[in-house]
This record gives sequence, C-alpha cells and structure tokens, in this order.
Amino acid sequence: MTPILLLEQTLNGLQFGLMLFLLAAGLTLVFGIMDLINLAHGSLYMIGAYLVATATAASGSFLLGLAAGIAGCVLFALALEATVLRRLYQRDHLSQVLGTFAILLMCNEAVRFIWGAQPVALSAPASLSGPVELMPGFSYPAYRLAIIAVGLAVALALFVLIARTRLGMQLRAGASNRDMAMMMGADVRRMFTLLFGLGAALCALAGGMLGPLLAVQVGMGESVLILAFVVIVIGGIGSIHGALVGALIVGIVDTAGRTLIPILFEQVMGADLASAAGPAVASILIYVLMAVVLFFRPRGLFPATG
Amino acid sequence: MSDGPLLEVANLVKRYGGLTATDHASFAVHAGTVHAVIGPNGAGKTTLIHQLSGTIPPDEGTIRLDGHDITRMSMHARVHSGIARSYQITSIFAKLSVTDNIALAIQARDGVGFGFFTPARSERRRYDEAAAVAARVGLGGRLLTTAAGLAHGEQRQLEVAIALATGARLLLLDEPMAGLGPDETERMVSLIAALKGERTILLVEHDMDAVFRLAETISVLVAGRIIASGPPAAIRADAQVRRAYLGDEAEH
Amino acid sequence: MDSKTTSPSATDDAPANPAGPLDHPLRWQVGVPLLAALVMFPFAANALDGAFYVSLASRILILAIAATSLNLILGFGGMVSFGHAAFLGVGAYTVAILMQAGLTSAVLSFPLAVLLSAAAAAAIGAISLRTRGVSFIMITLAFAQMLYFLAVSLKTYGGDDGLSLAGRSTLPGGLSLAGDTPFYFACLAVSAMVFVAVHRLVNSRFGHALQAIRENETRMEAIGFPVFRLKLTAFVIAGALAGLAGALTANHASFVSPSMMQWSQSGMLMIMVILGGVGYLWGGVVGALVFLVLEEILSHYTIHWQFFLGAALLAVVLAAPNGLMSLLHRRPR
Repeated sequence: MTPILLLEQTLNGLQFGLMLFLLAAGLTLVFGIMDLINLAHGSLYMIGAYLVATATAASGSFLLGLAAGIAGCVLFALALEATVLRRLYQRDHLSQVLGTFAILLMCNEAVRFIWGAQPVALSAPASLSGPVELMPGFSYPAYRLAIIAVGLAVALALFVLIARTRLGMQLRAGASNRDMAMMMGADVRRMFTLLFGLGAALCALAGGMLGPLLAVQVGMGESVLILAFVVIVIGGIGSIHGALVGALIVGIVDTAGRTLIPILFEQVMGADLASAAGPAVASILIYVLMAVVLFFRPRGLFPATG
Repeated sequence: MSDGPLLEVANLVKRYGGLTATDHASFAVHAGTVHAVIGPNGAGKTTLIHQLSGTIPPDEGTIRLDGHDITRMSMHARVHSGIARSYQITSIFAKLSVTDNIALAIQARDGVGFGFFTPARSERRRYDEAAAVAARVGLGGRLLTTAAGLAHGEQRQLEVAIALATGARLLLLDEPMAGLGPDETERMVSLIAALKGERTILLVEHDMDAVFRLAETISVLVAGRIIASGPPAAIRADAQVRRAYLGDEAEH
Repeated sequence: MDSKTTSPSATDDAPANPAGPLDHPLRWQVGVPLLAALVMFPFAANALDGAFYVSLASRILILAIAATSLNLILGFGGMVSFGHAAFLGVGAYTVAILMQAGLTSAVLSFPLAVLLSAAAAAAIGAISLRTRGVSFIMITLAFAQMLYFLAVSLKTYGGDDGLSLAGRSTLPGGLSLAGDTPFYFACLAVSAMVFVAVHRLVNSRFGHALQAIRENETRMEAIGFPVFRLKLTAFVIAGALAGLAGALTANHASFVSPSMMQWSQSGMLMIMVILGGVGYLWGGVVGALVFLVLEEILSHYTIHWQFFLGAALLAVVLAAPNGLMSLLHRRPR
C-alpha cells in the first residue's frame, strides 16, 4: 500500500463522490421540500446518460452532446412532473413508492425499446483522454480530473444558489418548514417544478459525465439510486450541505474501500481469508457506516429542520 | 398503603444545554387528594410532567411512588406501578370508537397483550368496563362515535377517560381544561371532584378558578423551582407567589 | 366463528360491541370457495395441459406468504421494513446448505429455517426498532444488504453464482414433494395455515395492540404497553414467516442465490403489499396474485411487458388510494 495508491484512490473517491453529490442534491431537495420519495430519480440519471450518448454520437462533440442531453432530460422531467408526478405530491409515502417504482419500470423498458438491450457507447472527449502528471511518478487520467473540476464547480454554483439567491432562500425555508414557507407566499407550484427540473439537470450531468467510465445501460440507475438514498440519509434530508458531505464520505469510503480493504486484509490475515472477506467487507462498509450514523444521529449529520 | 405521601419528588433537575428547565423541584402529593401545580408560561410544568410520567429522564433528583424509587423506570412500567398521564394536546386514537379507545387502556392494565389467537373483540368484559368508564366521564351516549368525530370538549373527556381506565392510582392531568368553554369546564371540574378520594390527582392547570375549587394542595412552579406549596388560602396569601405569578395572572 | 363481524348483541342490556378498524374478518363466504377452487386448480390445469401453471400457482402462493408476512409489520404495525427479503434468504439458504450437507428432511430443515430467520429478525429488529421513520427504513435496508454481501462472500455455498439444490426436501412416510402437483398442495397447505394464523393474530389482543401502536405509538406507551417489545415480537414473527416462504422458494426453484436478498427483492415485496392494500388482511395475497399474474400475462404478449406492468401499477396508484383492497372496503384504515 503506497502513498500513491492512497492518493489515487482518494481522487477516485472524490470524483465518484462529487457525481453522487449531483444525484443526491436533487434527491434531497425533492424529498426534503416536496416530501416526495422518487424512486424514478435513478431513471432520470439513466435517461440523461442515454441522451448525452446519442447527442454526442450525432454531433461529434462531447460538449454539445452534454448540453443537448441535459436539456432533453430536463424537458422529459418537466413533462413527467406535469402529467404524473404532480398527482403524487399529496399522497402518502408508500403510494409514492409504488407510483415512482411504476415509472421506473416504464422508463427502463422505454429505454430498452428505443436503444436496445446492449450498452451504448459513450467516450470521453479526445482532448481529455490522456493522463496528467500531477506529481513525479503519479499520473491521473485527465478526464477524471475534469469530472472533479465540474463537480466542484457545480457544488459551488449550488451553494451560491442556495445561500445568495431568493430562490435559494425559499428552498431553504421550504426544507426547514414547508407549511410555513407556503404560508409566507412562496409560489409552491413554480418552485416544485423548478426544483424537479434542477434535479433532472443534475442527474443528466452526472449520467453524461460518468457515462465514459461506467457503462451506459438499462438499469444503471438502480445501483446509484440506492447509494444516493444512503447519502441523503447520512447527510440529512433536505440539506445540500449534508448531501455534499455525505456524498464525499460515501464516495471515498466506497471507492477506496473496495481497493484498499482487500489489500489491508491480505497483510493482516492470510490470502485465502482475505479474498473471501475483503470484497464482502468493502461492500458492506457503506451500509455499516450509514447504520452507525443513523443510530446516533437518526436525522442525519446536518438535518435541515430544527 | 404506607403512611407517607403517595408521590415524593425530591430535588428534581433537568437541564437543556444552558437552560435549567427544572431547578431542584421538590414536593409531595398525598393519596386521595387533588394536588395542583400552577405557574406562569415557561415555568417548566410540562417538563415536570414529562419527568414524572417517564417521557424524559431527569438529570438529578428522585421520584418515589409509594416509597418505591421510580426515577429510572420506563414509561410503560410506571403505568403498571400506578402513575398515568393525560396530555395537554389531545392524544387519542382518532380512527377508533370511544369504546375502543378506552378498552385499549384496560387491555394494557390487564397485562401485556400476548393473547395471540383469541379474538380480542370476543372478550366482552373489557368492552363493558370501557363503556362504564365512558359513562363515568360523560361519554356514555357516544360509545360508538369515532374519536375524531367528537367535539373538542368530548375529546378532552376521552383524554381523561383513557388515563383513568389504566387503573393508575395517581393521575397526572396536563391542562385537562385546555380549550374548554364554560359548560365543558364545569363538567370537567365535576369529573375531577368525583375522583377525589378514589384516585390521587396531580393537576397542572391555568384555569385558576378550577384550581382553587378543586385542589387541597397547590404547588407553585416558577422558572423550574417550586417556590411555595400549601393549601389554597396560604398560596393566595403568599407574597412571593403574588409577585411571581398571580400578579402575572392579571395580564392574561 | 368469532371472526365474523359481531352484530349488536341480541340482549337489550349488553352495550353494543361492534367491529371497528382494528378488526379484520376473514369472510368465510369468500375464503371457503376460494380454498375449494385452489384445491381443484391443479386437476383442472393438468387436464388442460397446463402443468406450468401449477408451478406458477405455487410461486404465487409462496410469495403470498412472504407478502402477508411483510404486511403484518408494514401494514398492521406501521413498520416500513426495506430488508424483508433478507429473511426469505436466510430461510432459503438454511434449506439449501443443509441439503448440500446431506440433510434433506423437511421436518428438520423447515423448522430450522424458520428458527434461523426468526433469530436474524430478532437481532436486526433489536437494533433497527430503536430508530423510526426514514432511519428505520434505511437501517433495515442496510442490514439486508449486509446479509446479501455476506452470502456473496460464501464461496463454499456458491457465492454470487448461487447454490443448486439436489432435489426437493424429503417428507417422512413416503410422501414426496418431487412433482409439481404434490409440491403445490404443500404450498397450499402451508399458505392456508399461515393465512389463518395471521388472521387470528391481527384480531387478537396482540394484533389490536400492534395496530394501535401504528395509530398512536406515544399514547400506547403512555397507557402501559411495552411498545418496543410488541414491535419486536411482530418483527420476529414476520421474519419467521418470511423464512418459511424462503424454505419453500428454495424447494420451488431448486436453487438459491444472494440476489434473493437484494434490496430490489425487498422492494418488490413492498410493491406487492402496497398494490394489494397496506393493512388489509387480504392485501399481501391480492398484491402477490395480481402482480405475478399481470407479469405472466403481459410477458406472453410482448417483450416489453415491464412497461405495461408499470403502467398498470401506475393506474392502480392513481385510482385506488390505498391499494386494490381499498376499492372493496372503503373502511378508513
């Protein structure tokens, strides 16, 4: 276990964590302010990735593809919100689970119908395909650095939005006390629609950016969805700040853990035991972490209310 | 039953960060009496009830029921030891009938609900008893009404009925007259008066008229401290009390 | 039977004691014909050359048990457990592992499966039930995921690839579960018994207390019910029943794999319960039935049956506020 390996894993974790943050930010605001459990959030991520892939292939430009893909995903999300999701706001959480699960199924199948069951190719832009030498003897892929840069930029933009703008103030108020915010005149309908659109844009951005690294395929949303829920629960529902902290923790622990724990185990116990226990512990680590956090802080690390 | 007081509270302390909500509160309640606790808003009356009922643990001090130390006892165990509370903000089973609401308290009293295969509804005796308790508080004609369908005053009666049905010797009534009109208040006063002797009542109330009519002993809680305890006449005359609270009363 | 709705007493002096939201009559007028039809079913299916449907029916019955066990804690107890599939997995793996060790008797493996899943539920419940709301949902999920990854890491028992069973569990006295039809009858017998047991349970003092906890947990504690103990008991019973369903699943598929315990499987069970009607006696059964039948029918017509399944579920959510059973009984839950 070398310092370089540690550094590399930390950067990988940072990169994954920031993308998780994009997903978690939308999810936590939707859950915290609109009180909507949205299992189809992962579907927006998937649809975003597919649209970016298609647009990139059509236009030949990753940047153009990204922009078009995000726009398309937002349009889809707004249409979804106006037709179906709006009817679920007033319902109890379990009904929302059923309803958004139904949408998840429909999205998966629709994507399979349009694009087929095989994964779709999405490559990083050529200009970013090489490595960058960060330190003597340590090179890191340029694309991953770009992801980190974009992730940090978006995080900053979100914080400015939340802390400095009127909309942000309404969102914070809504997260901490929805009924009060509504009574004070926040235009709820407009806010919800904007919020949902914003969440979709973030999902699509994450999907598009992670596309070259992970496979763009049907069902890609489900695995990140569960991680996103873990993140917002650790961070505190309704809190962007919490989503960032939670996402970074989950991203780094999960990514680094997968590589480092088996190595650590191998040094401590025999190779046989390590190869069996290592991966299991690495996978479980996130959940153990969440369970511990919840046990002592049931409302997460930075609860938005109170 | 021992000769001493039924409930002895000694030097109870509860702190929330920098705030001392209960500041070495001490008083004693004798069996069969109505003992009122009064005080200005924010004096810590609800916090006191929470500690007596077992909702929150005190930081220091002891609570003894009939000589037994119940300070660390869980809420549900406390009910079986003989102390039950009613709530200031009505906390009933809204979707269930009046009978069913009260029957639950009786079921709790009769022992843990571990009968797994006998239909609960077939145990008539419990529902008959529930009906009797309902009649006692004045809800005899409303047995089949859903709790949510009751008028506010009736809900407050149900609130007390549920605590009553637990069979607890000591009832902690947290502002039972909250939100009641004059007729309803009168009914509640008669109800509590009728319980005197049979049960012991610790009554937290703002309605001074009712308090002075019902209570044999009054304790005055100000900023978490009991500043005076005694019969109504003595309390009325107490200079400290007048300054701290009854003067405050005039502003209501 | 006591389970029928009690009508106001014939005697004038007895106060009326009618059934309320806490009571769930079995409606024998529906139950008995249904049971008869279910008994006839395999004979009809076999005559019409539909042996496959007997196997499907077994699967529906098994999932009805699982969904009903989840409904017990989710619907009646208000505990939204997102890790229920884990207990199915524990039960299934118990049977599979014993069989691999040469112990095939159902008389040994089934009770053991139930016992071990009950133990798992006791351990998980003891910790999870200290939390509430979203925390509870996520902690139960976390524990289930832990069990999933644990199963993946057990290379001796197939790991990620799963473990095949050499055959069905064996019964004493020469009875065999080997054919589709005998196995179906075993599933029918077990599910009928489980259903009747759950019916008695929810209508008992314990069941009333559990539902009342769902309605107002604070007041229940305040009138002297040991709420944590009651919730944990319900959680363990539900886990045990799920383990039983798991034991049957292992036999049905002759195969167990860690994916049985994934969160998506827990989600599927939840969907079935919500679809059928949370807190309704028949909710789990109806949900499992409708979900699987829809899946079966739709997949015959198109590859993209999941789309139409989703559409159907969406329609139910928008039209039936509390699941399918709520369309039949407008009783406020």
